[in-house]
Amino acid sequence: MSSSNSANVGIVIVSHSIKIAEGAADMVRQMVGNAVPLGWTGGDVDGGLGTNVAGILAAIDAAWSPAGVAILVDLGGAETNSEMAVEMLPDDRRARVVVCNAPVVEGAVIAATEASGGSSLSAVKRSAEELYA
Amino acid sequence: MHDANASRAAETFMPLTASAVLVNPVGLHARPSVKLTQCAKSFASKIEIALAADGPWTDAKSPVKVMRVKAPQGATLHFRVTGADGETALAALLALVHDGFGEG
Repeated sequence: MSSSNSANVGIVIVSHSIKIAEGAADMVRQMVGNAVPLGWTGGDVDGGLGTNVAGILAAIDAAWSPAGVAILVDLGGAETNSEMAVEMLPDDRRARVVVCNAPVVEGAVIAATEASGGSSLSAVKRSAEELYA
Repeated sequence: MHDANASRAAETFMPLTASAVLVNPVGLHARPSVKLTQCAKSFASKIEIALAADGPWTDAKSPVKVMRVKAPQGATLHFRVTGADGETALAALLALVHDGFGEG
């Protein structure tokens, strides 16, 4: 589900489909490398298409970095469940997790590229959101 | 932080320019763009790229902007580098392009 090996901002991918989440994570690893903590999750609790808060919390935990975590989501529920997961985080972590308004695959690659250079959480979010600008 | 460094650097250093032809088969597509951006970000200098010697110039540290340049194979990539580590940065960037971004 993840690997994490640096103090750079972490990236979390949340898709309705575990295959998309995993595939996007593969793209990040292959294109950007291993300098960024990465977590991903997809599917509802029964393994169907959807998202679930527990899975998102686990992915945030897996990608955790003291510099914070940027979450990339696909449609509707992925965003609301991600926001719910952020709400449920302990106080000291909540302020260091953001949901980006960016396409999930491209956003994950761009956010990870930005994060791999040691950029701050706000710079990572801003860079991913340039995709919709 | 980059911006502050870049503007301070711009007051003190003359911009260095150089160009290189993109030799890798698909040009500056996604993967090379990421590598270029990562390389650029590893230097404090302000680094810009363009497809013509007189611009328009694109911030080489922005992965989204670099991908939007959509430079094809055979295109000449121009660099403009301003800052204390400009010479090292320029050498590293040119090496990356000459090397086809490691894609052969």
